[in-house]
Parts: sequence; structure tokens; C-alpha cells
Amino acid sequence: MKKKANFNGNNLLLVITIVLFVVMYAIGCIVYGSKGFSQFQSFLNILIGNAGLICVTCGMTCVMITGGIDISVGSLVGLDCMILAYGMEKLHWSAITAVIVVLIVGIVFGVVQGFLIGILGIQPFIITMAGLFFARGMCAVITTEMVNVANETFKKWATIKINLPFGGYVNRRGIYMAPYIRITVVIALIVVALTFILLKFTKFGRSLYAVGGNETSAKLMGLNVKMTKMKAYILSSFLCSIGGILFCMNSMTGSVAQAKGLEMEAIASAVIGGTLLTGGVGNVIGSLFGVLITGTIDALVQFNGKLLSSWSSIAVSVLLCFFIILQAIFALIKERNKA
Amino acid sequence: MSKSANGDSFIKKLTGSKVFLPLVCLFLVILINVIKSPSFLQISINNGVLYGRLIDIANRGSEIAILAIGMTLTIAVSAGTDISVGSVMALCASCCCTTLVGYGVASANKLNYPIFIGVIVGIFVGAVCGCFNGFMVARLKVQPMVATLVLYTAARAIGLLVSNNQNTYVRVEEYKYLGNFIKIGKWECPIPTPIFVAIICVALATLFLKKTALGMYIQSVGINKNASRILGINSVLIIFVCYVICGLCAGVAGTVASSRIYSADSNNIGLNFEMDAILAVALGGNSLAGGKFSLAGSIIGAYTIQALTTTLLAFGVKTEQAPVVKAIVIVLIVVIQAPAVQNYIKNRKARKISAGGGEAVAK
Repeated sequence: MKKKANFNGNNLLLVITIVLFVVMYAIGCIVYGSKGFSQFQSFLNILIGNAGLICVTCGMTCVMITGGIDISVGSLVGLDCMILAYGMEKLHWSAITAVIVVLIVGIVFGVVQGFLIGILGIQPFIITMAGLFFARGMCAVITTEMVNVANETFKKWATIKINLPFGGYVNRRGIYMAPYIRITVVIALIVVALTFILLKFTKFGRSLYAVGGNETSAKLMGLNVKMTKMKAYILSSFLCSIGGILFCMNSMTGSVAQAKGLEMEAIASAVIGGTLLTGGVGNVIGSLFGVLITGTIDALVQFNGKLLSSWSSIAVSVLLCFFIILQAIFALIKERNKA
Repeated sequence: MSKSANGDSFIKKLTGSKVFLPLVCLFLVILINVIKSPSFLQISINNGVLYGRLIDIANRGSEIAILAIGMTLTIAVSAGTDISVGSVMALCASCCCTTLVGYGVASANKLNYPIFIGVIVGIFVGAVCGCFNGFMVARLKVQPMVATLVLYTAARAIGLLVSNNQNTYVRVEEYKYLGNFIKIGKWECPIPTPIFVAIICVALATLFLKKTALGMYIQSVGINKNASRILGINSVLIIFVCYVICGLCAGVAGTVASSRIYSADSNNIGLNFEMDAILAVALGGNSLAGGKFSLAGSIIGAYTIQALTTTLLAFGVKTEQAPVVKAIVIVLIVVIQAPAVQNYIKNRKARKISAGGGEAVAK
């Protein structure tokens, strides 16, 4: 009886997401099995390729739970990569200095956005859109050239292989190939775990849900709504900066056009993962699956080899549209039941 | 005595007018330019066409002005912006060019269909995109910006698919008319065509809003959706219509932009135009929270943006760097508009008045 009561529309969205991922992956294994899609390593490659996106999506989920949105993340990741690359190559910073600078930039960015949105009460979309163009423009102000990262320490961090003790296979020459992950995946999974704990078991996490669910009642309950919102945007930009560092470890470059459209992928992943656009509902486990779904779409397009790369962004948009409509229908049904 | 009172009311009327702030902004930008280079205001005739910085601004600003019409309506009716307009422009341009020369043709000297069919296809695609956005926002009640986010990414990608991932060139003299200068026989019109297109669009929109009750309905729905519904206004339909108009405007702007470079460059047409259009509406003194709107303000805002862009480029700022300045401007405008800041200013004014009153009483 109690189980039935818990199984509402929101849980249903999460179940749909997980089922969709499994089905999609199974189809991929059947169609592209001969090209090596069914190997455990290609699953891990999806994780490695999307480690940055996982962090960014965690931050996005927190903001969306409060009922807001942050579309500056893609540009901020681009700016982070640019600062890392330019700082280490042209200004000869050490890797640790560059990383710290990037994290500070992320926090400052978040404080400014959070102040404007939370304290002054301006629409989040307008402010973060201004942030989007600001960060992208700042990339160009730093330099319009492409900068490659050649810093030894940073390269060492990026190329560490962590072999897993299971899931390996023996290749044609008879050598055992252990599946591996990179350090980026470990960091991303730690971020997911920490965000999960933060949202589930801390006062701040619960107040995020309260603010998103109903701002007025949260206020009447004695919560500081303005500060909670501001903190959510700071958290988002901070996690986004961590994501930017991971992204740079993958790409090893900084350029103006980097991570364009990442905000769309992050929002799509969070929405696919069951986070409601109206706020109050969402969890990072769903978002993780959302990222895996978008990652799988990218991987499928790559494995096909013939399709244009624009197909993957069309597929993600279609999925996003599908889930938005699904959410809207759930909301309409809920409204009708109330009335 | 009465004269000074009259002057007071005149100044108040002037400063209270909705288009006052945008006009001041435009004036300031032009003033900076004139100080920088006195030749700014010069208009000369080269090869039978008008030539000058002001003409250039009016010409290049046409697309933003056309987009600003649709954007003003969507902001007024739903307090949300349509961020897909730039991408929709690219899609419309691709559809237009591909219809004219056929799928997969990179460059053509011959057309499959007359030009007006291509233009109509382009505008029609824009309207379809508008219908999609409108359906999501009006019927399914999705937040406008999230609903339009779908096309923001998808439209450009579909545009690339339609034009087979390449720039489709239409090397036919007549196709350039829409974006450049009209030639009839030997006579060449000295004024760039986009200016005419913008004027026609603005005139049509004004006629439509003033002569029908649509403008009133839009404001009413924007101020209070539920109250309007109870009054008997079909608010779902009104919101839908606004998004379709916005799509139509994007279609027109897309075909003009495509004709300007006589090709469909899906990666670059309409890039960052959504930002310019929103900025134009905000600069025009319209509240981004919906409700009352002024079309004239938005149009002036659009040309101000173009003047600003031209100025920045003239000062040696790179194209990729220009968004920084625009982002700062937009943040400043919304901060001034923010309720918290408005209340603060009001309180300070009230305190000043009460302090002044106290002094007067003491005297």
C-alpha cells in the first residue's frame, strides 16, 4: 500500500529514463556489436567522454530544483578551458595554480549571477543568458587563437589510467586487456555522490526542494529563500568549473568555440533524468542516467560513421522535447485531479 | 509663472514618454561616433547608391528590427523570450536556398523555381517553427525559454541537414535584390532593400495591432492571463498567435540575411541574434516581465544595438568580443528594471521629498 503511494508520476519519469537507457544501449549492442559497441570498455568510454558533463549536470539539477535555470554553463566551461590553457601555456602558471584560479572564477561568476537572481529577483534566464554571452566573449578577449595544453603535470593527471579488476577481454594476440577509466570519471562520480548526499541529507539540500516546491510556503516556514537561491547558483557555477577542468583534461585545448551548446545537453540530461522544469522535484541519479543517454546517442552516431554530427543534437532535442511534453501532460493531469 | 508650469509639463511629457529613454541611448551612441570621427554623419552617392555609416546602420539593423517586432509581442504576452529566433533564421535560409537550387547543390547559376516560391517557403518554415513554439508555450504551458530552447539547438542542426552540411550558394542576380539593391533595367534603387522590408514589416505590425483589438488583447493577457480568460479572451490562442508572428518575423529576417550573402550558411546566419533582439526590446523601455509594450521603442532599440555594434567594430573590438559589452548593457538594464532596485529608488525619493517638506514647514 505504501509502495503504491510512493509510485507517482515523478518516479515514473525516472523509471522511463532508466528503461530508455537500457533499451537504447541494447539496440546499440545488437546493431553495432560487431564494431565493438558491446564491449565493457565502450561503456566506460561514454563515461570518460562525458565526465565534465556529469559535473555540469549535477549543478544544473540543483538550480533546476529551485525552479530556476542556468544556461551560462556551456560558455563557462569554455572560459574555464581557455583560462587553464592560456594560464599554463602563455603565463606559465603551475597546474595547481591554474586549477585554483578556475575554481575561484567559477565561484565569483556564481556569486554575481546568484546575487542578481536571488537577491534582486531578476529572471534567471535573462541573467544567465547575459552570463552565457559574457563568458563566451571573455574567451575571445583572452585570445581568439586555439591554445593547446602541454603542461607536464596536467598531462600526467589527464592520462592516468585506472585499470578495473573485472570486465576485461583477451584480444587477438592473446593479451588480456583490462578495462580502464580515467581520473576524470572518479572525480565526476565523487561529485555525483556528494551532490546526492547534499540534496538528500543536509539542511541546505532540503531547503532547495522547499524553495522549488512552493516559494511562499518556504518563506512562511522561515527559510531564507533569497540566500538559498543565491547559494544554488554559486553551487552550479562551482560544479561547472570542476566540470570545465575535467572537460579540459579530455580535450587538452582552449578555444573560443569550445563546449558550445553544452548548456543544452546539461538541461536535456537533467530533464530526461526526471528533474521538473517547474522545480521541487529531481535527483542526481536520474541526471546521471540522463547524461548516459545523451552520451549513448553521441556514441551511436559516432559508431555509425556515416551520419552527420548534427544528427546527435537533433536526437537530443527530440528527446528533450518528448520529456518536456511528458512532464507537461503529467502536470495537466495533476491539475485536473485537483480540480 | 504659467509659462514655467507649461515648460515643466512639457519636459515631464518628454521624459515620461516611452520612447524617450531609447532615443537618448541612440543619440548618445551616435554622439560618441561623431566625436570619434566627424565623417560619421556623411552620406554620399557611390556608383548610384547611397553610401555612409548611417545608411549602413539602417541597412544592417533591419534584421534585428524585424526580429524585435516578434520578440516584443512574445515578451509582452508571456513574459518569456523566444530564444530560437537566430537558429530559426538559419533554418529558413537553408530551406529557401535548398528549394531554389535543389538538395545537395553547393552552387548554382540556374533556379528550379521562381524566387518568390523560395522566399515563401522560407517564411512558411519560420511560421511552422513559430507554431511549434506556440503550441508548447500556450497549450502545454511549458516555460517559454525552455520550450524555445528545443529549437534553439535543433533548428540550426536541421538547417545543416537540409543544406547537406555545406554552404549553398545561389549565384543569380535577382536573388541578391532582397538583401542588397533592387535593379530594374538600368535603374538602381539607391536605398538598400532591407530598409524597405523592415519598414513594410513595421507598418504591417502597427496596422495589425492598432486597427484590430489584438494589441489590446496581448497587453491584457500579458498583465493577467487568468483575469483575461475570465473576461472572455481566448488567452491560449493569443499567446499562440504571438509566437507564430515571432516565427514569421524570424522567417523574413532569415531570407533577408540569406539574400544578403546570396547563400545559406547555416552555421553563421543569425548567430547571437536572439541576444540582440532581446536587448533591443529591453533597450526600448519594455519590461521583460510582460504586459504593456511599445513597438516604436523596440524598433529604436534595434537600431541602437546595431549602432552600438558598428561603433564597437569601429573601435577595433573583434566580432567575438562584442558580446561582452552587450551582456553588460543587458544586465544593467534589467538591474534598473528589477523590482527590488525600483523600490529602493522610490523609497529614497520619498525620503527626499519628506525631508524637503519638513524643511519647508520649518521655514
